[in-house]
Amino acid sequence: MVKLAACAAFVMLVILSIFIGAGEFSPWQAIHDPAALQLFFASRLPRTIAAALTGAALSIAGLIMQALVRNRFVEPSTAGTAQSAALGILIMTLVFPAASLAMKTLFASILALLGTSIFMMTAHRLPPAQPYLVPLFGLVYGGVIGAVVTFIGWQTELLQFIDIWTNGEFSGVVRGRYELLWGTALMAAIAWWIADRLTVLSLGRDVSIGLGLSYQRTLQLGLVIVSVISALTVVIVGIIPFVGLVVPNLVSRMLGDNLRGTIPWVGLSGATLVLGCDVLGRLLRYPYEIPVATVMGVVGAILFLRLMFTRATHA
Amino acid sequence: MIRIENVSLSHRDMPILHDITLSLEKGGITALVGPNGAGKSSLLSLIARLQPLQTGRILVDGLPVGSTPSRLLAQRLAILRQDGAVASRLTVRELIGFGRFPHHQGRAGAADIALVEAALEQFELQALAERFIDTLSGGQRQRALVAMTFCQGTDYMLLDEPLNNLDMFHARQLMRSLRSIVDERQRTAIVVLHDINQAAAHADRIVALRDGKVIADGTPNEVLTEDNLELVFGYRMQIMQIAGRPLVLQHL
Repeated sequence: MVKLAACAAFVMLVILSIFIGAGEFSPWQAIHDPAALQLFFASRLPRTIAAALTGAALSIAGLIMQALVRNRFVEPSTAGTAQSAALGILIMTLVFPAASLAMKTLFASILALLGTSIFMMTAHRLPPAQPYLVPLFGLVYGGVIGAVVTFIGWQTELLQFIDIWTNGEFSGVVRGRYELLWGTALMAAIAWWIADRLTVLSLGRDVSIGLGLSYQRTLQLGLVIVSVISALTVVIVGIIPFVGLVVPNLVSRMLGDNLRGTIPWVGLSGATLVLGCDVLGRLLRYPYEIPVATVMGVVGAILFLRLMFTRATHA
Repeated sequence: MIRIENVSLSHRDMPILHDITLSLEKGGITALVGPNGAGKSSLLSLIARLQPLQTGRILVDGLPVGSTPSRLLAQRLAILRQDGAVASRLTVRELIGFGRFPHHQGRAGAADIALVEAALEQFELQALAERFIDTLSGGQRQRALVAMTFCQGTDYMLLDEPLNNLDMFHARQLMRSLRSIVDERQRTAIVVLHDINQAAAHADRIVALRDGKVIADGTPNEVLTEDNLELVFGYRMQIMQIAGRPLVLQHL
């Protein structure tokens, strides 16, 4: 029932996303007006696809990260992954400004991997009896890396660029500027392929080894998936907070943590949420836009608070 | 057979195990007993490759632990740790199903599914099969974890204090299930037990450890003597004989 509603909501938002925007575009025009078709293929469709891909991928990245760290309150945008990716693209912009977007993304992925690995190594050393230390450490750690990014940006007068990477929005997404995002779909597919291994991993190191899982390798593979998804979304869309945190938690409440079964629903819910926030951002001050990251900041925070206060129901 | 040869272990200069040499034959229940810090859990985790060996070697059916591929070992040997805190929201059926992971790597066949059902039945968990494990009581969760270990279908089962959190009824039930599994399926259980009388009543062999050394090793009647128990636990306790098995009045 909930699943059906989620599917319906997603389809509805896709349709809304295609027909809402500053430029006029209606179903009737789509059939008769070539200029409107141009708008559809160059802007509306790419934007809709980008929002859906970003939402799905970020949610799945959050889910994986929570399985790797064995903590429900971490996600790439609050634990240094996204900030490290932003640092990576900043360095590339400074040192190799002529590098292609793909090269910049690659370097951002590498830094994201590095930053996340350091976070993971530290998180695994924190006392497991205090689960809130991990997200707190993540916030501080991500904050420090974010501050380094801002400092370098300030020194080199690139603050405006930094805003593009740290404040996610889809208005800049047009044909030719978003196709790399399909890489996140590939990552999500890999995650689904190894879902059982990730579930075993989430049972802890001892259980994983006892079941013959190559623990380190699976951990590394998970880290790569999280890092590449984060880097791709940061480079093309910018940081979007909360998605990776609230969506996996909401789905886990309803469907549990057997990742093979939940990954598709986490992806669909994440896509729906981000698409919904993007549509909302386009409508609130029509015909102007509010960046999706800002809308998500508010919506995500409300959802997160709801999660916190409805904890008792599953205890 | 599990052969443990000259195994020593220390952690930050603190000796934990001291030159242990032990052979554990196939079949039967072997109980490891001893006071806290005797090294029982460390010994189990070394056998199950959860920690790297420092000195000596361990062979499981001739396969050296440490250089044998982990997946191969997982098909012969299953371990249940005492701190098996599982935070994931899996249903009991899903959790037990992951016990089959070493055999199918995530693609469960009909045989795997049948084994999961058998494990649910063996440990009387059918009524809880669809419940998430984080909604269970400590004892129910413990039974689900034991069922998962059983479902791994290995010749050797290493259980670190499986009676934790279990009430008298379920503790007895579990030891009896273990007995019947071992007897009917020719499996081997190596169990760390704190309740010496559970060991006395159900084990074929008892290995008593203290300060990382084997103090006594043999059948319950051989090991559970007043002198041995004083040596291991540090005080004298009375021992009675009931139905040919020793009963230790450890609480008096």
